[in-house]
Amino acid sequence: MQLTSHQFKARSREKLADANLQGALKKLQGNFVKGRADRVAELENFPAIRDAAAAIRARTLDHLDLYLEEFERNATARGAVVHWAETTADVNRIVCELAAKYDVKKVVKSKSMVSEECALNDALEAAGVQVVETDLGEYILQLAKEAPSHIVAPVVHKSKDQVSDLFAEKHNLPRKTGIPELCKEAREQLRPHFASADMGISGANFIIAETGSTLIVTNEGNGRMCTTLPRVHVAITGIEKVVPTLEDIATLMRLLPRHGTGQTITNYISVTTGAKRQDDTDGPEHFHIILLDGGRTKLLGGEMQDMLRCIRCGACMNHCPVYQSVGGHAYGWVYPGPMGSILTPTYVGLENALDLPNASTLCNQCGVVCPVKIPLPDLMRKLREKQFAQGLKPRTETWGLALWRWTAQRPRIYAMLTQIAARVLAVMGSSDKLIHNLPFGGGWTQGRDLPAPQGKTFRELYKSARLSETQKLG
Amino acid sequence: MSSRENILGRIRASLHRVDGDGATARVHAHIGAHGMSARPSVVGDLTAGFREKALALSTSIDEVVNIQSVPAAVAAYLSANALPMNAVCWQALGVLDWASHGVTMAARPARESDKVGVTEVFCAIAETGTLMTLSGAHTPPVTSLLPETHIAVLRVSQIVPSMEEAWQRLRETPDYPPRAVNFISGPSRTADIEQTLTFGAHGPYRVHVILVNS
Repeated sequence: MQLTSHQFKARSREKLADANLQGALKKLQGNFVKGRADRVAELENFPAIRDAAAAIRARTLDHLDLYLEEFERNATARGAVVHWAETTADVNRIVCELAAKYDVKKVVKSKSMVSEECALNDALEAAGVQVVETDLGEYILQLAKEAPSHIVAPVVHKSKDQVSDLFAEKHNLPRKTGIPELCKEAREQLRPHFASADMGISGANFIIAETGSTLIVTNEGNGRMCTTLPRVHVAITGIEKVVPTLEDIATLMRLLPRHGTGQTITNYISVTTGAKRQDDTDGPEHFHIILLDGGRTKLLGGEMQDMLRCIRCGACMNHCPVYQSVGGHAYGWVYPGPMGSILTPTYVGLENALDLPNASTLCNQCGVVCPVKIPLPDLMRKLREKQFAQGLKPRTETWGLALWRWTAQRPRIYAMLTQIAARVLAVMGSSDKLIHNLPFGGGWTQGRDLPAPQGKTFRELYKSARLSETQKLG
Repeated sequence: MSSRENILGRIRASLHRVDGDGATARVHAHIGAHGMSARPSVVGDLTAGFREKALALSTSIDEVVNIQSVPAAVAAYLSANALPMNAVCWQALGVLDWASHGVTMAARPARESDKVGVTEVFCAIAETGTLMTLSGAHTPPVTSLLPETHIAVLRVSQIVPSMEEAWQRLRETPDYPPRAVNFISGPSRTADIEQTLTFGAHGPYRVHVILVNS
């Protein structure tokens, strides 16, 4: 996916003014935030389950090489072919080679954020292969030629009316206005593609070392279609998605749907192991699994390793006041919200996403709701420190801080300057004693007012209080 | 060096992996132990628990005394919902007497044009109201997926408390692991447009469970 994270501020301004988007984002808070809280309350020992889930992910990462080798051994023994991709370009090359090898004309895809990292659809289309996204949200985006704005609800930014217009135009059918009718129309458009596609491409929410299986979690059933009907199935996922055992899946499945969509469980959990067996009447003849590094190994063994525990539920963005205000597109890459503010700079370069680690109030809502206990605000703070250390902060900010440091170390000058500043600001206050437009701080006062200083400064009060204290003692 | 060696090499370097430190043996032992983590307690009657959770997922439930009563229950469900009386089923169910209840049944995998698919299940999970099915020569996954209506025959003895027990049962099957394990929790759904829940996205619009008591 094309990276536009450097436009975060400009895009945010646009999104804040987009009434359609603001309405959609409000709904997201109601459904996903309340849904998560309700579903978590069903688990009487939720903290213990959450601890266990975090421990499973952390343990696996500490032995990642060994669990991946075990996964590869078991997957291969059951007839799957495992490929290793160092970069997103490698993923595209491998998929295109497979498409050529199996004479693939049409691909049906179930939702995969890793394939978004790779911009896989563009690569396949350039190779002359037709690609059909089959998740309803992703299908709408493919028709509209847009990128997802949420990792779980990709089309959250679009209204029903926009979908009605889009379907009427692209399907050349009478315009439908009801949501069930729109869903039915998409179902009827997509059904023939499942049967006629040569290859199904899916992601994998997890891969299981014990059995060599890939697992996908879906609600619509398109994931089952893509992994059952075409004669070739390709699953693409990140190397960090491995878990040791089936029991670990049971634990993680108690948390992923609850945190993702506010469901106790998703409609379908599909675990696929190897290709079609000799006597099977359905299932793919060929099963390929592509494991992508794509920057993930850079996070291992360092202070950012915890981020690799992420199970892509989206709870951090649903609960983030910044995401709730600007939506996913402002973040400018595949992953938005707090997890994206860490993944984007670490995968595509700190210098390419300067605003993202700063697009947070560090309120820690994301850290509180993360089902695998990733300390997201701490990681964003570490990225900010890195930006400073590498000289990537804007000059006004570094100079401003240097100036403040210089004065803070000189109490007399500091006292004098703050006294002057307080007086000036007091004069600047309008009749309501508020400053509506702060010089050099216009951005800050754009959305709120600064109360003008009133009465004595802290230093003056402190001085007079100490004076009366000494008098009393005397 | 291959991509595989490069990636694994980077991981080993980052994790400071030392050969011969026994980590491989520990990983194998960890997998082999199949250890369970903290989980909620599933208390009370499993059948009642399954029923409550399945209904909450918009699965409908009927109850019959034995397997011979299934065709009558299927016929009653189809006619009550004005659904076609033609259906396909998994092989083992083909031996039941469908014809005398007015159901035209074909024991073959579902095709695109089939409207009703009848399957058995491997087991069911009380904690979530979920059905678990396994792929196989006589248990094709398409039958629970392509038709607009999926009817599942579930024996009371097949209900287990949680997914952990379901995995344990799976490990005891002769063809373990099957190509596909499908957990099914109600009719196919989507909420992609304005987060409005809609049934029948790509899979069945209706999931109906016939609970066999003996």
